[in-house]
Amino acid sequence: MWLHRFARLVAAGTLLLIVAGGLVTSTGSGLAVPDWPTSYGYFMFSFPLSKMVGGIYYEHGHRLIASTVGMLTIALAAWLWWQERRRWVRRLGVLALVAVVLQGVLGGITVLYFLPAPISVAHAGLAQMFFCLTVTIALVTSDGWRRRYSCAATETRPDPSGDRWLARLTIATSATLYLQILVGATMRHTGAGLAIPDFPLSFGALVPPRWTMAIAINFIHRIGAVVVAVLVCSTFIRVFARHKDRLELVKPTVLAVLLVAAQITLGAMTVLTKKAVEVNTAHVATGAVLLATCLLLTLRVHRTRLDEVAAHDQGLEPSSFTPAAAGPLAFDVRRSGR
Amino acid sequence: MHARKLLALVSVVMLGIAGACGGGGTTETPSPESAAPSSPAAAPEGAKVDESNAGNVTGKVVLDGTPPKEDVIKMNADPVCMREVKGPQTTEYYIVDDGGLANVFVYVKGGLDTKYVFETPTEPAKIDQKGCRYHPHVFGLRVGQPLEIMNSDPTLHNIHAVPKVNQEFNTGQPIQGMKTTHTFSTEEVMVPFKCDVHGWMNAYVGVLNHPYFAVSGKGGKFELNKLPAGTYTIEAWHEKGGTQTQSVTIGAKETKDLAFTFKAS
Repeated sequence: MWLHRFARLVAAGTLLLIVAGGLVTSTGSGLAVPDWPTSYGYFMFSFPLSKMVGGIYYEHGHRLIASTVGMLTIALAAWLWWQERRRWVRRLGVLALVAVVLQGVLGGITVLYFLPAPISVAHAGLAQMFFCLTVTIALVTSDGWRRRYSCAATETRPDPSGDRWLARLTIATSATLYLQILVGATMRHTGAGLAIPDFPLSFGALVPPRWTMAIAINFIHRIGAVVVAVLVCSTFIRVFARHKDRLELVKPTVLAVLLVAAQITLGAMTVLTKKAVEVNTAHVATGAVLLATCLLLTLRVHRTRLDEVAAHDQGLEPSSFTPAAAGPLAFDVRRSGR
Repeated sequence: MHARKLLALVSVVMLGIAGACGGGGTTETPSPESAAPSSPAAAPEGAKVDESNAGNVTGKVVLDGTPPKEDVIKMNADPVCMREVKGPQTTEYYIVDDGGLANVFVYVKGGLDTKYVFETPTEPAKIDQKGCRYHPHVFGLRVGQPLEIMNSDPTLHNIHAVPKVNQEFNTGQPIQGMKTTHTFSTEEVMVPFKCDVHGWMNAYVGVLNHPYFAVSGKGGKFELNKLPAGTYTIEAWHEKGGTQTQSVTIGAKETKDLAFTFKAS
């Protein structure tokens, strides 16, 4: 239980880190501290607070939060390694550790090379992946996940992973959303955010009358928003049509719909306020929360399938693995050891 | 083996996808020729300009119309900046006096015989960070000439040059009185400077391999002195007004007057 709480803390810290990173970009402070890993020659944690002014406040603050999240991730990976019995969960911890180290290095490179767009986009993209990893770890260490979201020994409701439409839809939604975030990051780091200055139209028309690379990126992001909204709404309809008795699916589905509405509103406001710092950063943060929500839904839908794969990995015969009949904690009990 | 499949499934969602400033414009205004200039003889390779026979270009940069309202600068992001300056602060895009526009970089863009050689000054050009502003805001220097960058403020600055041709650099100056020196290797008009700590701070430098450049001062006046006789393209650059060019022909010991007019936008 404490492990799960700690994993949630790491995930929350990572979201805070994404907000801090968003503020760095939104305020144009990415190069306010020209050196790395030092800050104006100071060791990171000895940089005087009184000198954290202007853009340094955002950039150095981002570095401090990143370092803290890095240390929390080391602790989480170690904790998982020593205490977690499921091999694949332990591996998730290691993967998160590798991701956070790589993320730190990318952050350093992007500063030392004056924010090259490909590196900055990779930094933004890996941030979302790392956030997803921490959310996944928090999810799979939760009581609900271990109990298969049911206290009953016998489960009569249909298994959502058997709903092929829903299974595919949730994967497609999460994957499309991640792509959409990458396009957004590209737009952000190539300065294409206001390439189309109006909303909801584009230069007063449905389709831009002229094209440049910046306009194309901006327009793709707008189209992507529509696609994501359609996918999230389709998931919502499917869940309510077939699985409305499963709260573990209903809750994230409703939240995803609300977040999509908020996210599109924030996207519009970003354009109309000419990238106001608060709005722009809230758009980044909401995108991350929406991705995490869709991922969580996807994992819950595929819960049984994940168990089957894990059972194979642990050396159990597929035929011997009948979690519904064996009880809620069957998988943990039946593990074949490390 | 299956763990790999499991990880792949978990991460498939995450890992599988993994100048013109307008205005201004270019105008070609042939200089009225009151007298036919003596046609200059081609300079021999490596020649120095004969200053006793050189001419001058003088002139004025004018702003046509009412200067636009400047933007308010909020320096409260840094208490030191608030303390160092007095009263409300604004941008200084349009410094106009008697109709003349200051901070316009005027230089010989074309027509100079490439056979002339000019000694690179060893005296450094200087830019200071004082009152959380750059001083000067617009200036010029020569290729290879040292640029001394100083921080006179009791706060941190980073000076970040964003050239298109030269090497980008970003140097931190955390201590008051710090000096660093930089040189540019290639001609470039203009190289923007900015401070990422204080977003309102910016400056521009024109980097040339000849000495024929000036920045219009109070009243918009400028002078390009000791030019060898010839026909030149003179360009005027303003950070908001863009660029304008004119052609001028000067004879030996002749002084020609030019006027550039930027429209207030």
